[in-house]
Amino acid sequence: MLLILEQVLNGLQLGVMLFLLAAGLTLVLGIMNLVNLAHGSLYMVGAFIAASAAQWTGSFLLGLLIALPAAALVGIAVEVIALRNLYERDHLDQVLATFGLILFFNEAVAMIWGPRALFIDPPSWLSGAVEILPGVPYPAFRLAILGIGLAVAGFLYWLVARTRLGMTIRAGASNREMAGALGIDIKRLYTLVFGLGAMLAALAGVMAGPIYAVEAGMGEQILIPAFVVVVIGGIGSIRGALAGAVLVGIADTLGRAFLPGIIGAFLGPAAASGAGAALASMAIYILMAAVLIWRPRGLFPAHG
Amino acid sequence: MIEPLLSLDGLTKSYGAVVACNGAGLQIAPGEAHAVIGPNGAGKTTLIGMVAGELRPDSGWIKFAGRDITRLPVQDRPALGLARSFQITSVFPRFSALDNVALAVQAQAGGNFGSWRDARQDADLRAPALACLERVGLGARAEIPARVLAHGEQRQLELAMVLASKPRLVLLDEPTAGMGREDSARMVALLAGLRGEVAMLLVEHDMDAVFALAERISVMLGGRVIATGTPAEIRADVQVRRAYLGEDGAEPC
Amino acid sequence: MSVPPYRAVLFAGLAFALALPLLAGVLGLDYAVGIATRILILALAGIGLNLILGFGGMVSFGHAAFFGLGAYTVAILSHHDMTGEAFATWPFEIGGTVAAILAWPLAMAVCALAALVIGAISLRTGGLSFIMITLAFAQMLFFFFVSLETYGGDDGLSLLARSSAGPLDLHDPAQFYFLVLAIVLLALAVTARWSRARFGLALQGIRDNERRMRALGFATTRTKLAAFVISGAIVGLAGALMANHTEFVSPSFLSWQRSGEILAIVVLGGLGTVFGPVVGAVVFFVLEEVLSQWTQHWMIVFGPLLVLAVLFAKQGLWGLAAQKLARHD
Ligand SMILES: Nc1ncnc2c1ncn2[C@@H]1O[C@H](COP(=O)(O)OP(=O)(O)O)[C@@H](O)[C@H]1O
Ligand SMILES: [Mg+2]
Repeated sequence: MLLILEQVLNGLQLGVMLFLLAAGLTLVLGIMNLVNLAHGSLYMVGAFIAASAAQWTGSFLLGLLIALPAAALVGIAVEVIALRNLYERDHLDQVLATFGLILFFNEAVAMIWGPRALFIDPPSWLSGAVEILPGVPYPAFRLAILGIGLAVAGFLYWLVARTRLGMTIRAGASNREMAGALGIDIKRLYTLVFGLGAMLAALAGVMAGPIYAVEAGMGEQILIPAFVVVVIGGIGSIRGALAGAVLVGIADTLGRAFLPGIIGAFLGPAAASGAGAALASMAIYILMAAVLIWRPRGLFPAHG
Repeated sequence: MIEPLLSLDGLTKSYGAVVACNGAGLQIAPGEAHAVIGPNGAGKTTLIGMVAGELRPDSGWIKFAGRDITRLPVQDRPALGLARSFQITSVFPRFSALDNVALAVQAQAGGNFGSWRDARQDADLRAPALACLERVGLGARAEIPARVLAHGEQRQLELAMVLASKPRLVLLDEPTAGMGREDSARMVALLAGLRGEVAMLLVEHDMDAVFALAERISVMLGGRVIATGTPAEIRADVQVRRAYLGEDGAEPC
Repeated sequence: MSVPPYRAVLFAGLAFALALPLLAGVLGLDYAVGIATRILILALAGIGLNLILGFGGMVSFGHAAFFGLGAYTVAILSHHDMTGEAFATWPFEIGGTVAAILAWPLAMAVCALAALVIGAISLRTGGLSFIMITLAFAQMLFFFFVSLETYGGDDGLSLLARSSAGPLDLHDPAQFYFLVLAIVLLALAVTARWSRARFGLALQGIRDNERRMRALGFATTRTKLAAFVISGAIVGLAGALMANHTEFVSPSFLSWQRSGEILAIVVLGGLGTVFGPVVGAVVFFVLEEVLSQWTQHWMIVFGPLLVLAVLFAKQGLWGLAAQKLARHD
């Protein structure tokens, strides 16, 4: 029972990380109609910069504070140099060009930081465990991730639903020409949204540092599940991204934790390590296929 | 009245809160040229979309040639003799004019599989296609890529594609939309030439065209058909004049 | 009588391909035959993808799944042939085999079946969702093979030997090369023929305006699905050949990077052109070779090159060349 609670929390924590990436992806998709495979690269760049900065300064927080604006700058540079020319192109061009960007970033990171994986130490005041229930410790850092993720989700919701900027974003999303006619500077808006997305991705990357390895190619390990989240949630929908992220995070974590055991109980230990492990790593993709069969446009299809 | 070719009954379709069609109904006899008029937003395109099968009605019935086709998929309707042209020109830009029409012939012939012959050398497809192009006056432009054709010519090409599927009823959504006076007159003359041969359900804003072509007219307003009758009856209908043509007979939008 | 330049280029290419093993022998560049074989296999994968991508407008980002599935079919059958254990005992006993005449068509059939299932689900969606769901299915199969410990899991599976093909000895580089060349030529001939037949024209019509095609009375989903299945089978055959070429398969055959590479090959060569994938495979490979001679981090150049190619050479190299050549026709 306690194990389930712990795994659910782990699942939520993965869901939060996925949400931070998926939010940027889905905004860029909904507003600019751009498929950006290189979004995971910003996550990776954020993690690497934070790792270096934390090493120099000896402070996780300073690392974070340096990594976020730095990643936003990288994101904006990418938008201005390459992606801006892709908005009017079809998805195929976008996929291929941003695939090229991934190759570039992975290699660049490997050249600058070397082939070895880095690790970021969590700040000392978050390195312990918290008793979430009497006798049930849970890593404080993971709890912090959960908290930050929820705060960001709330902030995004407020930003998009309640503010002038959000209104502008939504106007841009539903009708580019109209937004242009309303005198909204579409170019600046796009760059802004892109920088915001980059910052969220980098935030996820920094938070991933103490949990997963910081290495070239780490972006794609989370990017593809993040796309699964976007598609499950419905393209362009922040609400969908949140729901999808929680679903995917929990399905993946619980699947890995319990599926081998469940299958093993029915079919024996050999099946547990074979079929169980296979099913667990396929779980989120099966989930996506099921959702799309049931609702081809995702759980919360944006209007239009 | 003889058994109608098409009969619509109580067709309703809404988009969220907007009720685009609200219990619309009308009947078309074989060979009849029937125009639907009404201001912008009256639901004419939505009505055509439901008859063509692209939109699924929320409620109501569509009967064609004695058969209930309310839920028949779009791609199965042309085989029954139902063909449509689009309000926004919708041809295959990279293909030549003849290729465009040949595709329509191929659809009508059924079966894309099995044949390994070069379809562009296939007389079974090319000959009927060319005949249709000639009929709409595009015979000399057969080899021109559709994207290069002038707007008026593309509309004519649309009509040729419609004819190629040997329809019994043609759905025409604003066939003269965006045309100059000259092109428009040519299109009206072409359509007039089809009268009696195939039935037409025609949405048109150009009143001269409507009164020149239609044997009967339905007037739509707010998603309903508020009147149906001969051109003379419609002209005389007080309700129509007030609701749509405007008391002073001003140009409808 | 003069030969039109377009034809002349094709004939020159064919002559070069036929003479290559001889040339390589004379020049002492024996490894070139192996490289050419590899290029041809990648080209075959490109030809398969081009069918749906170039002619059908379906952007599959998961075609490595079929590449890997075809490769694994050959490898697994060969593995069972070696161990003597049956692959399956129910509903009837299926043993292993190294006979190309059995294993290769079986690889194609497996891929066709997988493509039927994947296509039937994916084609319910369009646009971005289609890209992502094809990617997701490929990832699914990727992880399936990663956790398939019986067949090597992460580490992959070695083939004891290449397939046996009647009188041919596929271990002889030249013989294997010529067999692959023959298959590629056949695939090119089929594409050339088929792209102008009714099926091909219908597919291109769907690519350009699916809504209009449906209004004309085409069963568009069925047509697309048929193309998807054929495409999957061809890419599966390419995988089967690659398994023979490298005598080794691993989950990396199904990785999303591989899907991206096949996509890049098709686009670099020229979408919806018959010979584009061959040109694309050559260019891809030459770039990889040249750049990696120069720096181990060749991707840092290749990545931006890909971006530039997308931005400025959308028609692909063969697309551009064919246009130039046709003008002198
Ligand atoms: N896809 C749609 N989504 C939402 N509203 C629509 C859509 N299509 C049409 N409408 C609305 O339905 C009403 C009828 O539209 P339409 O059938 O195009 O009228 P008409 O062709 O007579 O101008 C209009 O108010 C229009 O705004
Ligand atoms: Mg209309």
